[in-house]
Amino acid sequence: MAKVTFETPKIREYPVIPILEEGSMSHSQPFVAKPEHQEALGFPGKLVDNWQEKAIEKMGDLLGKYRGLKVFMDSCVKCGACTDKCHYFQGTADPKNMPVARQDLMRKVYRRYFTFAGKYFPKLVGAEDFTKEVLDDWYKYFHQCSQCRRCSVYCPYGIDTAEISMAAREIMDSIGVGQKYCNEIIGKVHKIGNNLGLPEPALIDTVEGLEEDIEEDTGHTVRIPVDVKGAEVLLITPSADFFAEPHIDGLIGYAKVFHQAGISWTLSSYASEAGNFGMFIGSYEQMQKISRRVLKVARELGVKRIVVGECGHAWRVAYSFWNTLIGPFDFLDPKYPAPQHICEVTLDLVERGAITLDKEANDHRILTFHDSCNVARGTRMGFKPGGQFTVPRDVIKSACNHFVDMNPDTIHDQTYCCGGGGGLLTDDLLELRIKGALPRMEALRTVVEEDGVTHMAAICAICKSQFSKAMPFYGLPMDIIISVHQLVGDALVMGNKSD
Amino acid sequence: MAFLTFIISFILTLSVAIFIGGLGYRIYTYAKTPAPLKIPTMPAPLTRNGVRLRMLKEIIFFHSLFRANKWIWLFGWLFHIGLLGLWARRILVERIRYITHLSDHFMLTLLVLIVTTGLFMKYVSRIDIVQAKAFALGIIYFDWQTLPADFMFVIHLLLVSALLIIFPFSKLLHAPGVFFSPTRNQVDDARDKRHLSPWAEKLEK
Repeated sequence: MAKVTFETPKIREYPVIPILEEGSMSHSQPFVAKPEHQEALGFPGKLVDNWQEKAIEKMGDLLGKYRGLKVFMDSCVKCGACTDKCHYFQGTADPKNMPVARQDLMRKVYRRYFTFAGKYFPKLVGAEDFTKEVLDDWYKYFHQCSQCRRCSVYCPYGIDTAEISMAAREIMDSIGVGQKYCNEIIGKVHKIGNNLGLPEPALIDTVEGLEEDIEEDTGHTVRIPVDVKGAEVLLITPSADFFAEPHIDGLIGYAKVFHQAGISWTLSSYASEAGNFGMFIGSYEQMQKISRRVLKVARELGVKRIVVGECGHAWRVAYSFWNTLIGPFDFLDPKYPAPQHICEVTLDLVERGAITLDKEANDHRILTFHDSCNVARGTRMGFKPGGQFTVPRDVIKSACNHFVDMNPDTIHDQTYCCGGGGGLLTDDLLELRIKGALPRMEALRTVVEEDGVTHMAAICAICKSQFSKAMPFYGLPMDIIISVHQLVGDALVMGNKSD
Repeated sequence: MAFLTFIISFILTLSVAIFIGGLGYRIYTYAKTPAPLKIPTMPAPLTRNGVRLRMLKEIIFFHSLFRANKWIWLFGWLFHIGLLGLWARRILVERIRYITHLSDHFMLTLLVLIVTTGLFMKYVSRIDIVQAKAFALGIIYFDWQTLPADFMFVIHLLLVSALLIIFPFSKLLHAPGVFFSPTRNQVDDARDKRHLSPWAEKLEK
């Protein structure tokens, strides 16, 4: 772990809006991508000579391609409704982490080059030339946005800062200034098939180890199949599920569910990643290229259903974008014509009585649930609006007796980001991540102290990794974070049907 | 006076033309630019009618703003009597002061002056309303009438002209903009219906 040189924010008794501390996070920026990371994705290796001209040209291109970006650039009235809604602002007090101020980093350039007022009266409307200083600010502060869209919930015009930060990152990539963490990872997906760079033999070795663990624990032979042709279900899950804690217990949970329900399923070594960092860097092309691996494998293996494991932004890409990027899914079973979330699958099985959960198996736990930002504000589950809030909670409640929700201002569509989303889950941004975790840590601390909550369940690989890291900074044990499907796996009554 | 009538009528007509033309152009560009990916802020309605209701709640009741901050909502909703409240916020609240540009003050000045000159004509130095109406209708029907000889009225008209001219080039675009905001105007149906923009369709090949 990097040497810690910052102070963890104090838990506030009553969350108050911080007094501005200008420049308090101006030192925070992620490592810049090396030429090989950039070039592998078709971006220039380093800052191009005529970068200013190229960046403005790219901005014009994006303004013509994305209605959202164009409308968002024009519509802000500076009402201030968003100013206190960002977890990074709350944790750092840096005014440039107020969503509108972050947007203004791009808006001032937009106004200078694309609007009448900005061209002729720049001072009046706060328009500025795209200088190197402005570019540096872009790189710093568009990498202090986790694209969680909490601010967009409150904006009277629906301005979505995530769209703006994605566009900014795309512009920066196009002139040779990429972020190492995201771009290196995307390269690994193209080359190997997953974010971690776990090759096929290692993957197979890992799941075989897990099969042995399950057998030892339960006495039942539960398979975790890889690359099985003709399986009914293709499970696309974040690669962290293969080896990170507490993710791995979630994977064991999925395996037990499929086993017990008698559904044949398979992982893929070629598409061994649900995550899609193409979204974080705002690249439609990269997002599509990564998604195409899933389509290719689904067709090759001849599966009838596609199910997505516990991963927040992956579910947004799968739910909201896959049909656009790689659809139509006309080759799937008409009963399951679209990709499903693992929580939808499990809840359906429980409700139909196809699997039985023994709630008492989790009686030593008191649970709460963290709504992951991308699931909450970018997707749905089930058939009703808001199913993304009820379906995972219903899964949890069917697996345990003790459940408490956190402060209502911090759940459902008002949920806070874990602090590590949007391509920021890297140790070179540790200070930002810890400070950004503040609002969620406060809400969690309250239910731990007042309701005796012992565990917080989540359905996102990034949230799980981020919380494991952040909790000790706030005096909470790191193993408090748990996969929803670990609860399911622990409560699942094994055997009476298929064995 | 005839000359002033001409000038004021000319400016007013021009400003109306700029307002309509400029706004029309903006709306045209918004409508023409594709929205390639479905990005509604969830939970979003599942039907078009649901979206209409959501937009209505947004436009009439400022629903998101209500959830965000009751003070801004109150002042914003009671806009005409709340202008000064909004301005006070801009000066007194540190965060809002930080994000304020000169043009934001300018816009509020303009609106407050329009209201003030209007109220002045109503309560202090009453204007010949019949003449004023004839003049205003003359602008609309391109049948220019004699400008009422009233200093406050001329100032009022010039300010209104300025507002109309500025409208399509300023943040006042939030009015049409909200209708084109993909996070608010899209249906939650991405899993059921394929949504493909013209430029994305080219990538398919």
